[in-house]
Amino acid sequence: MLDLLIEPLQYGFMQRSLLVAIIVGIICSVVGSYLMVRRLALLGDAISHSLLPGLAIAFVLGMNIYLGAFIAGVISAVIIGWIHTRSPIKEDAAMGIVFSAFFALGITLITTIQKSNKIDLNHFLFGNILGVTGAEVRDTAIIAVLVLLTVILLYKELLFYSFDPLGAQATGLPVQVFNSGLMILVALTVVASMKAVGVILVLSLLITPAATAYLLVPRLHQVMLVGAGMGVFSSISGMYLSYYYNLPSGPAIVLVVSILFFLALLFSPSYGILTHSKAIVEDK
Amino acid sequence: MKAMTSRSATEANQPMGSVQTIAVHHLSVNYRSVQALRNISFTVSSGQLIGIFGPNGAGKSTLIKAMLGLIPSVTGSVMFDDRPLTQQLERTAYVPQRSQIDWTFPATVWDVVLMGRVRKSGYFQRFSVTSRRMAIEALERVGMAAYRDRRIGQLSGGQQQRVFLARSLAQEADLFCFDEPFVGIDQKTEDVLFSIFRELVSTGKTVMVVNHDLGESITQFDHLILLNRDLIAVGDRATVLTLENMTRAYGGYVSFFSENAA
Ligand SMILES: Nc1ncnc2c1ncn2[C@@H]1O[C@H](COP(=O)(O)OP(=O)(O)O)[C@@H](O)[C@H]1O
Ligand SMILES: [Mg+2]
Repeated sequence: MLDLLIEPLQYGFMQRSLLVAIIVGIICSVVGSYLMVRRLALLGDAISHSLLPGLAIAFVLGMNIYLGAFIAGVISAVIIGWIHTRSPIKEDAAMGIVFSAFFALGITLITTIQKSNKIDLNHFLFGNILGVTGAEVRDTAIIAVLVLLTVILLYKELLFYSFDPLGAQATGLPVQVFNSGLMILVALTVVASMKAVGVILVLSLLITPAATAYLLVPRLHQVMLVGAGMGVFSSISGMYLSYYYNLPSGPAIVLVVSILFFLALLFSPSYGILTHSKAIVEDK
Repeated sequence: MKAMTSRSATEANQPMGSVQTIAVHHLSVNYRSVQALRNISFTVSSGQLIGIFGPNGAGKSTLIKAMLGLIPSVTGSVMFDDRPLTQQLERTAYVPQRSQIDWTFPATVWDVVLMGRVRKSGYFQRFSVTSRRMAIEALERVGMAAYRDRRIGQLSGGQQQRVFLARSLAQEADLFCFDEPFVGIDQKTEDVLFSIFRELVSTGKTVMVVNHDLGESITQFDHLILLNRDLIAVGDRATVLTLENMTRAYGGYVSFFSENAA
């Protein structure tokens, strides 16, 4: 048994990809907890799909592609907010419009440049965790430190803001700054996760561990901690499954995350469908 | 101008030379094309229990939000003790309408009450011993200390409202704003709310309460503001609860309430 766990670790690429998978599992769950409680799951999806054109343009300009992706993600969030506030269009419609437009532009650009360059659209769509370089491990770790420090240092303010934005604003807290800050955290997190699971599946790592933990524990910081634990467990087991059964790594991780969710949905002590057949569900 | 100031006994206890007032001048608020408030002006002295009345959609919530700067206003100013209220938000506590809160949020009673101490604690600081003590005292005052570790969504409507009251008490504010606190609560909670409002007012605090219900609880208020997009009337009960004012605000059918209540 131990051999089975140790064997893959003799390869440098497995060490690097496991490390990235673990880090991504942690930050996605933490940031995703905010998205879940603020009912902004779709925004995570929108920002991640919007990374592609920035990445392609940065590649053509010879810039860091992750920086380009990050900028595109932030721009998409700004445009969504702008459409939402300046027109009678609802936020979910604005998200759908912006992210599909960005996504289409990204696919067009990457398909065009990949004909003549060493760049593979599939790696961004579905991840390419086994190809992670040492520098990418370092960048992912830096992003993780930034994200986690922000969440820890501003925890009580962000809790107040995400629970009762008006009440928080009424005490003078800069909720607009928190709003933008949250967008930036989401953009950073999905950029960091792109290599691991790709832009299409990252939503799963953002939302599913947080939702699973939500079924199990009552407080936001507990949701984050338990969610991060689930994220890490899923990342590791997904990587091993992918190693031994030759499965694609990103989807393997996502499948483990999803199985954990359905177990919690059925068996959660407080909300489980099977353990609480007559549970009264709180107002949605 | 219809504005009117009435002095209460408690004002005598305030430091000399600082007659605290809330002064709203020419406040107008639009939601895109809809005009929600039109040129509202009034002055009320603090240390009173102020009721904001009017039918659904009259702009009561909008008035509170615009006063606190939570939504932009087209024109107007709101002063508290001769300084813009929005520059002294640390002195205010706001409890939103219950429909604005996500009751499925993963937070316990304790988490919610401590939110009242966030601003006083300052950035990057943990909650101090004092903050924790104040939070516990606030919970005890509203009779919710035993529910500390309950998830907020597992409480009754009245209990939830008392937790929010406790949060506002923990804020040590001078101006309290409650939006429809009596909706969906039990009699016990209503009694707790009014008795705490009274205590606050007797120590010189100002309490503004939005209420659309014209039941007998209207007699609890020292000062009434009657709205329906325009300011219909402001002043003590006898001034505000006239047949003419009530007809203008609500239409004819509730007018007879005013004669008993005034
Ligand atoms: N966010 C909003 N966008 C557009 N119209 C709004 C919004 N909020 C309130 N309104 C409108 O403004 C008017 C006043 O609303 P509100 O202040 O909530 O009334 P009240 O609290 O007295 O019931 C209503 O006509 C309402 O439909
Ligand atoms: Mg209202």
